[in-house]
Amino acid sequence: MTDVLEPVQHQGHGDHEEHHGPTGILNWLTSTDHKVIGLSYTVTSVIMLVIGGLFAEIIRAQLASPNGNLVSLAQYNELFTMHGSVMIYLFAGPFAFGALANIIVPIQIGAPDMAFPRLNALSYWLYLSGAITMLLGFFTAGGAANFGWVGYAPLSNSLNTPGAGADLWIGGLLLTGFSAIFTGVNLVATIFYLRAPGMTMFRMPIFTWNMLVTAILILLAFPVLTAGLIMLYCDRHFGTHIFSVAGGGVPVLWQHIFWFWGHPEVYILALPFFGMVTEIIAVFSRKPVFGYKGMIFATLTIAALSLGVWAHHMFTTGVVLLPFFSIMSLLIAVPTGIKMFNWIGTMWRGQVWFSTAMLMALGFLFTFLIGGLTGIYLASPPLDFFTHDTYFVVAHFHSVVMALVLAGMAGLYYWGPKITGYMLNEPLGKAQFWLLFLGSQLFTFPLYILGLDGMARRMALYPHDPQWKMLNDLSSVGAFVIGLSTVIFVINVVVSWKKYPAGDNPWDAHTLEWFTTSPPPHHNFYRLPQIRSERPTWDYNHPEHRTLHHGEHAAAEHAPEEAPV
Amino acid sequence: MPSFGAHAGVTDSSKSVFHLWQGFSIAAVIIGGLTVLLMLWAVLRYRRRGDAIPPQHQYHLPLEIVYTVVPILVVFGLFAATLVVENKETSNPKTNVTIDVNAFQWGWQFTYPGSNALVYGQTTQSPEMVMPVNTNVHINLTSTDVIHGFYVRAFNFSRYALPGVDNQFTIRAQSTGTYFGQCTQLCGLYHSLMFFRVKVVTPAQYAQWLDTFNNPADAAKAAAAVKTTNEELATGVASNPSNTKFGR
Repeated sequence: MTDVLEPVQHQGHGDHEEHHGPTGILNWLTSTDHKVIGLSYTVTSVIMLVIGGLFAEIIRAQLASPNGNLVSLAQYNELFTMHGSVMIYLFAGPFAFGALANIIVPIQIGAPDMAFPRLNALSYWLYLSGAITMLLGFFTAGGAANFGWVGYAPLSNSLNTPGAGADLWIGGLLLTGFSAIFTGVNLVATIFYLRAPGMTMFRMPIFTWNMLVTAILILLAFPVLTAGLIMLYCDRHFGTHIFSVAGGGVPVLWQHIFWFWGHPEVYILALPFFGMVTEIIAVFSRKPVFGYKGMIFATLTIAALSLGVWAHHMFTTGVVLLPFFSIMSLLIAVPTGIKMFNWIGTMWRGQVWFSTAMLMALGFLFTFLIGGLTGIYLASPPLDFFTHDTYFVVAHFHSVVMALVLAGMAGLYYWGPKITGYMLNEPLGKAQFWLLFLGSQLFTFPLYILGLDGMARRMALYPHDPQWKMLNDLSSVGAFVIGLSTVIFVINVVVSWKKYPAGDNPWDAHTLEWFTTSPPPHHNFYRLPQIRSERPTWDYNHPEHRTLHHGEHAAAEHAPEEAPV
Repeated sequence: MPSFGAHAGVTDSSKSVFHLWQGFSIAAVIIGGLTVLLMLWAVLRYRRRGDAIPPQHQYHLPLEIVYTVVPILVVFGLFAATLVVENKETSNPKTNVTIDVNAFQWGWQFTYPGSNALVYGQTTQSPEMVMPVNTNVHINLTSTDVIHGFYVRAFNFSRYALPGVDNQFTIRAQSTGTYFGQCTQLCGLYHSLMFFRVKVVTPAQYAQWLDTFNNPADAAKAAAAVKTTNEELATGVASNPSNTKFGR
């Protein structure tokens, strides 16, 4: 079992292993290396998380009393609009497919870089300029966009929302939208064409699989949003009447376009994090992913269904076919449930190691379970009529996105050492986990009760009622605890700065990125192991502990070693 | 049976919705509880106790089939229950009481076809929609400007008021009383204050109330009220926090 290394075949033009290029800021500005671009994405998107989080803290401070005077009605509308926009458009997506996928996917499949490195750099710069464009709205005379992150027409037309803030929102969203499309193209091309010898489709790690499906969803969904935004801009400035009744247009068309992007977007956000959690749970249980192929088919099913459920956001418009969109939405629970049971099956009879990354992943499991179950209610039109636009919906999707934040943190603790070469401090990480996890539950649970009791969303003021005030206060405390966990994360990064060297494979992990150095060299690999399963690094390190088939017993370990096929 | 946080409400439909809510909640508690127990068991029972490498099993096809097929059956059960309630709630039975509800930035106008009755009010004036009890009341919901949301907590129901669309639904309230309603779809600056009330009265009181609008003096008074509210809004009275104290 010694001669299992294969020489690296670079697809480039005879690149040398040593990279001679600019260093420091010039390197950052000019680099086309997927790891440098990915790191830029990571830092930018985490800054966006902090900015969006600060907006959330102001919102929760305003709601700590029924007649809060912290912000005006107008400022409140700007705050929740930009909170949603920053978190969805500028943090969650770019963090998943710009930051972690960008860094990890090429290494997981044994590629030297993304398929189109320059396009990759363009994606990042478009994203950064889009983010700045959108946030510049706060510095215009009329303030930032204030029509909600969904920008429903006709509230978002020039009559109801004049001013540059709304235009900057549209412009910023167009730029980040193109950034996402280019990243999608890049990921699909990379995964289809740059896999190392032996890396067949069904030997790809789940994270890479999920990113492939995410990228395909991006290519199907984002152009629709881009088209819608151009229509909206034309309505605002060029006198078209696509979304206004006065000129014969149809306001609901905007909702159709927006949610035809918007619901696949939910899975564009979620699938990468599902992938991260899958990898992490397997590694920290020291077992292969349970039901690997079932997991892939579940991902494909979720993606396919996600294209046919957009109108469940529009049940209360009264102009969509209810039963079709209801059953399609309910059915998504099935593949999602399969994933949940596969994650549990992966831990079953394993050796569960409670590292910070694993704790975050477990926190994801619980929080996502709550968010998923409450989502099932919303797929039923009568229950949606009941809860639509109340805090029940707000609580539902915040359970989901807080689960994604937990998964993202799991990803940072898991892959951070690979990217930087240094580990983060574990005790601080565990403190961060408990604050983030418990804070998330304290933040969302009161909102479910408030929503069922009739508290509507997007209200700067709410009725005087001792119970409502108490529930809002609990939720605000939860939000501040989440904020505190972020402070601990920043402290952890500072405290652990270049302190604990990671080594190549600190977690005894499974996939190719753990076979190379930390951080990886310029073109990622000096050598590659034989790839005969989805766990090449594990197979190399533990040749006697290969994956067992159903019914095959561990006693097989003592059987004569067979060459893995 | 526990309420799972919801309430039965005061209409025929709101009660069906409540029962559907309970059904979904029982399914959620059973499935969610089972999943949490499995998770806890896996995490605690199989926590790391040493450096031994566990058996590397990856597939168990019969088990995987079970946890694919059972959720499909559950989903179709939930869908069937949904259809029953949905068909009941969206049916438009014959009725002779119709109310035209028009939403605008930022208030409500209720008119009663076939009579002179008109109720109009902005923001915290909370105009009152008067309707008879135990009667099918047909609502025509429209909007003059942006999208608004007609939501009454006691009805367990909401519907968008869309510009250019005539949205129709039927309510049958089972008990008299005054119920809090508000706009739930973001509609601009004073969205937080766009309230109304629903006052459910006996049919006799309803007929009497309609009759008051046949007196020319009352009609003039109603017209004057419309003028006043426009002026009040122009002077920004709605933004004064002292006007936001309202009951539910």
